[in-house]
Amino acid sequence: MSTTLLSTPADEQVEAGYAARISHVSKSFGKAGRQQLVLDDISVDVAPGEFVTLLGASGCGKSTLLNLVAGLDKPTSGTIDVPGGRAALMFQEHALFPWLTAGRNIELALKMRGLPKSERRQEAERLLELVRLGGAHGKRVHELSGGMRQRVALARALAQDSRLLLMDEPFAALDAITRDVLHEELTRVWSETKVSVLFVTHNVREAVRLAQRVVLLSSRPGRVAREWRVDIPQPRRIEDAAVANLSIEITEQLRGEIRRHGQH
Amino acid sequence: MASTETTKPSGAGREEPPSEDSTEQRSGNDLAGLEAGLDALESPTTATRTPFGRVLLGKAVPPLVAVALVIVLWQLAYSLNLKEDYQLPSPLQVGDAIRDLWLKGTLLDFVWTSVSRGLLGFVVAIAIGTPLGLLVAKVRFVRAAIGPILTGLQSLPSVAWVPAAIIWFGLTDSMIYAVVLLGAVPSIANGLVSGVDQVPPLYLRAGRVIGATGFAGVRHVLLPAALPGYLAGLKQGWAFSWRSLMAAEIIAHSPDLGAGLGQLLENGRTYQDMSMVLSAILLILVVGIAIDLLVFAPLERRVLRSRGLLVNR
Repeated sequence: MSTTLLSTPADEQVEAGYAARISHVSKSFGKAGRQQLVLDDISVDVAPGEFVTLLGASGCGKSTLLNLVAGLDKPTSGTIDVPGGRAALMFQEHALFPWLTAGRNIELALKMRGLPKSERRQEAERLLELVRLGGAHGKRVHELSGGMRQRVALARALAQDSRLLLMDEPFAALDAITRDVLHEELTRVWSETKVSVLFVTHNVREAVRLAQRVVLLSSRPGRVAREWRVDIPQPRRIEDAAVANLSIEITEQLRGEIRRHGQH
Repeated sequence: MASTETTKPSGAGREEPPSEDSTEQRSGNDLAGLEAGLDALESPTTATRTPFGRVLLGKAVPPLVAVALVIVLWQLAYSLNLKEDYQLPSPLQVGDAIRDLWLKGTLLDFVWTSVSRGLLGFVVAIAIGTPLGLLVAKVRFVRAAIGPILTGLQSLPSVAWVPAAIIWFGLTDSMIYAVVLLGAVPSIANGLVSGVDQVPPLYLRAGRVIGATGFAGVRHVLLPAALPGYLAGLKQGWAFSWRSLMAAEIIAHSPDLGAGLGQLLENGRTYQDMSMVLSAILLILVVGIAIDLLVFAPLERRVLRSRGLLVNR
């Protein structure tokens, strides 16, 4: 998890051959004796530049897993390796600081990353342009719509210049039209920045719409149930027949996983 | 909007020059236009500012009416001789007493002596209360140890400290400051504690994710997030330091001590001069209101408005 001054996160990633390696990770909560196993022996690799979605019903521990990868918590057993250090994390809520303007939120992330003051303003403007919010630098968070807030949050996450972007159901609270647009936006930003994405969702179509690979987790405890490679060419639409067909297949499997929990 | 143009797939109404990479570019422009439209539709409409005259009318007139009403009732009570004249002077007599103080040139001395003591004490109380509050809020052992005591101290009338402070410090300025600090520090510290307690955990997580940990986390996330609660604590802290100061000034009399409004009040009692007593009370009240109106109210409004927590009020 250490960075030297000479190598960039991207270099370290290429050297390692993966953007994140989750190997045999288990996590349990609670006191000894009454422990509850939330994640059980999870192994997932994210390749440099790859877009992976983690899909699962409630109780599969997908948010727990993201917290572990983000370094906000420690696994009970197993290892997580993120070459190049800290991963960027985007939450379901925008989590922007209301006492700062949109631009200053991004600049704070740049400051924490160690970017000199003279370059911050310009870099923040560039990131806002990237999410198509060119004129929004001086806007207060409450002056922005839900979709704009999530785009600023995306820009702030990108400001960390991490090569791994973790997303915890970032569009779940948005209306369908806005979510659709942000899917397109995220796909575009991803292909422009070549950042690796690990995206958590319970929405099957969203998972298929976005990802190159879908990893299905079972619930209680979370285990990797199955994986699908998604070869449908981008740009996709959530309405595409190919997306729908694969979604039906995955949904069947997901329902099977959920049914098992009602059988005792 | 009637136009002769035929159908055009433009959402934003902006025309882009044709480019070579047409399909890629087209879909990109469509998305940009769609997004611009969504942003425009979904952005909260900004409320226009009400004109200054209306604000003045709405905010200044009601309190003036209330004050006028009190004066009328007071004058009425005086005219009806509800009390002896030496017990209840007329508004005019009190006005004259204040004017006399002004003409003698001592009015501003009384006010300034008290205000400077109050402000200095308040500033020192901030310097002590802030780190103390942060410590109580963030260190579990410290909270368990002195949290309840701090809350208890807040409800202890600070006049109770005056005898002790006189025994410790004698009739000196230190004694007055000691009473002010004992009154104000607990409020300021408690305000910060409750401000910190109310910070949404999501902000702290977001701060940790972008690398704001340790001192940077306190400086850039915790303190700004706790600012509204902290401000409320400061406001209460000022009220407590002003009240403690008056308690100390009324009781502590000495030629070595400069005379503040509390001493003016006590002088009025000694001379059985009700006009002087009422003048002093009025001045104490006016200073309290003025500081709140000129310092805390604008500060609070600014903080709340910038965070979208103030709906035009």
